[in-house]
Amino acid sequence: MLIEGRTGSWEIVVGLEVHAQVISNAKLFSGSSTAFGGEPNTQVSLVDAAMPGMLPVINEKCVEQAVRTGLGLNAQINLVSVFDRKNYFYADLPQGYQISQFQQPIVGEGVVTVDMPDGSVKEIGIERLHLEQDAGKSIHDQHPSQSYIDLNRSGVALMEIVSKPDMRSPDEAAAYLTKLRAIVRYLGTCDGNMAEGSMRADVNVSVRKPGDAFGTRCEIKNVNSIRFVKQAIEIEARRQIEIIEDGGSIDQETRLFDPNKGETRPMRSKEEAHDYRYFPDPDLLPLVLPESLVAEIKASLPELPDEKKARFIDHYGLRPYDAAVLVAEQEKAAFFEEVVGTADGKPKRDPKMCANYVTGDLFAALNKAGKEITESPISAEQLGGLIDLIADDTISGRIAKQVFEDMLESGKDAAIIVEEKGLKQVTDTGAIDAEIDKVITANQDKVEQYKGGKDKLFGFFVGQVMKATGGKANPAMVNEMLRKKLDG
Amino acid sequence: MSHSELINLTIAEARDKLARREFFARELVEAHIAAMDATRPLNAYVTETAEKAMEAAKRSDDRRDHIREIGGSCASMEGIPIAIKDMFCTEGVPSTACSKILKGFVPAYESTVSANLLRHGSIMLGKVSNDEFAMGSSNTTSAFGAVKNPWKRADDAADLVPGGSSGGSAVAVASRAAMCATGTDTGGSIRQPAAFCGIAGLKPTYGRCSRWGIVAFASSLDQAGPMARTARDCAIMLEAMAGFDPKDSTSVDKPVPNFEAALTGEVKGLKIGVPKEYRAPGMTSEIEALWEQGIAWLKDAGAEIVEVSLPHTKYALPAYYIIAPAEASSNLARYDGLRYGQRVSGANLTEMYENSRGEGFGPEVKRRILMGTYVLSAGYYDAYYRQAQKVRRLVSNDFSEAFQKCDALLTPTTPTPAFAIGENADDPLAMYLNDVLTVTVNLAGLPGMSVPAGLDQKGLPLGLQIVGRAWDEETVLRIGDVIEQQSGFNSLPAGLAKL
Amino acid sequence: MSTFDKATVARMATLARLKLDDDELDHFAGELSQILTWVEQLSELDTDQVEPMTSGVAGEGLRWRADHVDDGNCQDKVLGNAPEAAQGFYCVPKVVE
Repeated sequence: MLIEGRTGSWEIVVGLEVHAQVISNAKLFSGSSTAFGGEPNTQVSLVDAAMPGMLPVINEKCVEQAVRTGLGLNAQINLVSVFDRKNYFYADLPQGYQISQFQQPIVGEGVVTVDMPDGSVKEIGIERLHLEQDAGKSIHDQHPSQSYIDLNRSGVALMEIVSKPDMRSPDEAAAYLTKLRAIVRYLGTCDGNMAEGSMRADVNVSVRKPGDAFGTRCEIKNVNSIRFVKQAIEIEARRQIEIIEDGGSIDQETRLFDPNKGETRPMRSKEEAHDYRYFPDPDLLPLVLPESLVAEIKASLPELPDEKKARFIDHYGLRPYDAAVLVAEQEKAAFFEEVVGTADGKPKRDPKMCANYVTGDLFAALNKAGKEITESPISAEQLGGLIDLIADDTISGRIAKQVFEDMLESGKDAAIIVEEKGLKQVTDTGAIDAEIDKVITANQDKVEQYKGGKDKLFGFFVGQVMKATGGKANPAMVNEMLRKKLDG
Repeated sequence: MSHSELINLTIAEARDKLARREFFARELVEAHIAAMDATRPLNAYVTETAEKAMEAAKRSDDRRDHIREIGGSCASMEGIPIAIKDMFCTEGVPSTACSKILKGFVPAYESTVSANLLRHGSIMLGKVSNDEFAMGSSNTTSAFGAVKNPWKRADDAADLVPGGSSGGSAVAVASRAAMCATGTDTGGSIRQPAAFCGIAGLKPTYGRCSRWGIVAFASSLDQAGPMARTARDCAIMLEAMAGFDPKDSTSVDKPVPNFEAALTGEVKGLKIGVPKEYRAPGMTSEIEALWEQGIAWLKDAGAEIVEVSLPHTKYALPAYYIIAPAEASSNLARYDGLRYGQRVSGANLTEMYENSRGEGFGPEVKRRILMGTYVLSAGYYDAYYRQAQKVRRLVSNDFSEAFQKCDALLTPTTPTPAFAIGENADDPLAMYLNDVLTVTVNLAGLPGMSVPAGLDQKGLPLGLQIVGRAWDEETVLRIGDVIEQQSGFNSLPAGLAKL
Repeated sequence: MSTFDKATVARMATLARLKLDDDELDHFAGELSQILTWVEQLSELDTDQVEPMTSGVAGEGLRWRADHVDDGNCQDKVLGNAPEAAQGFYCVPKVVE
């Protein structure tokens, strides 16, 4: 995507550093709980509070989750990695350093295939993934002259997933984040909940004239929704273009995005130049992964979104776009597959029709109700039942829409609704024949006109017959029989 | 037994006499509390816990009675009064690393090593002084003031330093105000004060004793160890202190041997390496002579002497003075006046940090934090810190090579005997040179021990150092014991009776 | 190789959050320059082929703990030594972000 400026077109260059909270019971280097929302400083051990003489011991689950995520990102797993200390002072950083990985991360380069809204795909490079400690929380609104410090988050394991600067538009960044979130959720390594902060993004934005070298980038810290990531990139890119076009230059700096004001601004508290003085943490030895463990984790990986998408296209004959929509969440994909069902190793129901119902009517209804697929008022089995009624001509597609609405309301099975409301399609030729005769008799003038060449009136007769049967007549039969009568 | 007899017993003797019910633990502890009072002018103790000690002694006697009734054996240090260096966090007892910045800090936890000692029946008399954050070789930088060596030059009334950083530990043991004391050794902090005060002190193999609950100075070098009057007492104490601790990632899961059983008095057939590079500049001729004497003793006892080379020795000290301050600068970042210790208020958070740390740390600590910050900072890391770690590897490799040819090394512990308080005070480099013969051992992570081997002409004690292979404290202790037997060293400071 | 002048001392003091007065800056500049010159003898050694040694423990890899919640829940111990605490929090002068 190019942005038009006064001096021509500009290209946006985006790289993302995503902090994803690892799903584990205990913290990265201590035995305290990672649960969300405890009373202040209750999920804090003496290690997390950096009491004198306290030492870190690594949690195996966090290591395995990082490896799992790395494998899910098609990335290099480094069998030897090293924990470093990143030294800086901050109120919510009790040790005075964060234990992180700097020169030798646990995961190296990888690649993520992202799905664009137009159905196309793009590959975004992963630079690295490393494990590090989260900081505590500073609360500024409890007291006029003091900040309050809660260390419950202090020491919780984070994966920092760094992309290459491969994204060229806000939409690509959004698609990347969406895909990354889907992958970690499939893997069960992070819940991907951006609202609760278990996934947050630092967004690196620069602009350049197409073909030029990379421009100076600014880092927008801690953006906590995909929508805001898009907005922040757009706004930051325009700010940079304006400065450059006015003859200025971009300072490499850390900025904050203010969604209310629709602007980015420099962070005040981090103005001083940082010198983190990274060095290997002498309290920890190198992290050595047995090859067998990596193999074991690899063997236990679930089917990931890309594989699932490929299978949906191949096995069910879905369009790539529909497949991508369905695999975005594991639960959606599973729901779809349950609707389709299997019989003798083959799809039991028409996969395309199922996909249309799931991605169309059902998703629209869920969206409207603000519900997740797991909370769907219509179960997969029930939706399958509805589709069966269409397939065996019990009801028409049009009646099906009506039944679907009723199912949403009542939660009843489609067959019961059809039965109760007498919506069964009329396929009795005698009954249809009688209705056709009535319509023809009542509309002799129009019959004449039709026979005189006004072909378009055919639709009128179909409509009249359908109306007369309360929509229940089989439309194909109506068509066929009408033609015989009028044309014959 | 009289107080004076009680406090002059070794741990091994006291243990056996307690077992034979010649006296009770409460008598032994009482005698040491009296000695603690009497030696107060030496300033070894920074926190005395006499009352708690007496209660503990009574409990110890009860335990002994109980075990006697049910049959069985007492814990290895049952009833033995000990001192704990202030670097160790002790539950409910102030633990300050002798720094103003930790003023008033009372931990809610007990360090693994001190907990192990208590579990083995020993009784804490109190906390003893050290150089602030264990940074020093004279125990003059403690926030509680300088500690005085009970030894004096024959011709001179000047107060001498006890060495450091475990000066309080060495003085408490030498002055009979504790039967033994814990020390920590980052560059020589057990061995140098042991040598200066005429006692034995052992720095174990890195990973032998847990660092959990010990205020960290330089994590990759720090190691706790025993300080006592004999090699045998060090063996007894080390066995009680040591052991795998899952809470310390650098603690190594190896069984703890019966160290006392290693003291066979036999060194026949052992190959003792003498590194030629340890004739350090500034080494006194008396120390060189003592070294020759030590070699002769071991030779007489049937050991084989081999000359070995540790070619990178001269680079060890400068490498140490990059690595240790670098780690310290980071380890000491947690002392920020926020969660514990002394806070000095400021207009904002940064000022609060700067004021708390500016006032809380003494000059030696500040100097090392500044140095450590510098060698890690952008642009200097490779030239200083990384280079120092490579040199550390070379120093370590030197030892590996030497141990192809010998079973242990014999060297002097220090280049000089104890110096007067105030000497070297304006010259940090001269002070740093105290560690020149000991830091190599920390860099390589090896066990090293200082045993008292004789007096110089002015009547000051001198120590010899034995360095062993990793995990071979047994050989180190055995050789130390043999040197003690040969030297017949009487570790009672001449001036002590006058206190 | 480099110098430890007064400005450098001041910069390091800022990084390390140490308040130093002017006398201290001068004093440390002198001492640290001397120490720095002394440690620079390490550059005499050719270490191109030498692997840095970062730990006192040789040949061991990091030991792992099981993912059990077995610690925490000790607010009293965590806050017990705090110079200032309120409502379960540590308190510091207000931070502006």
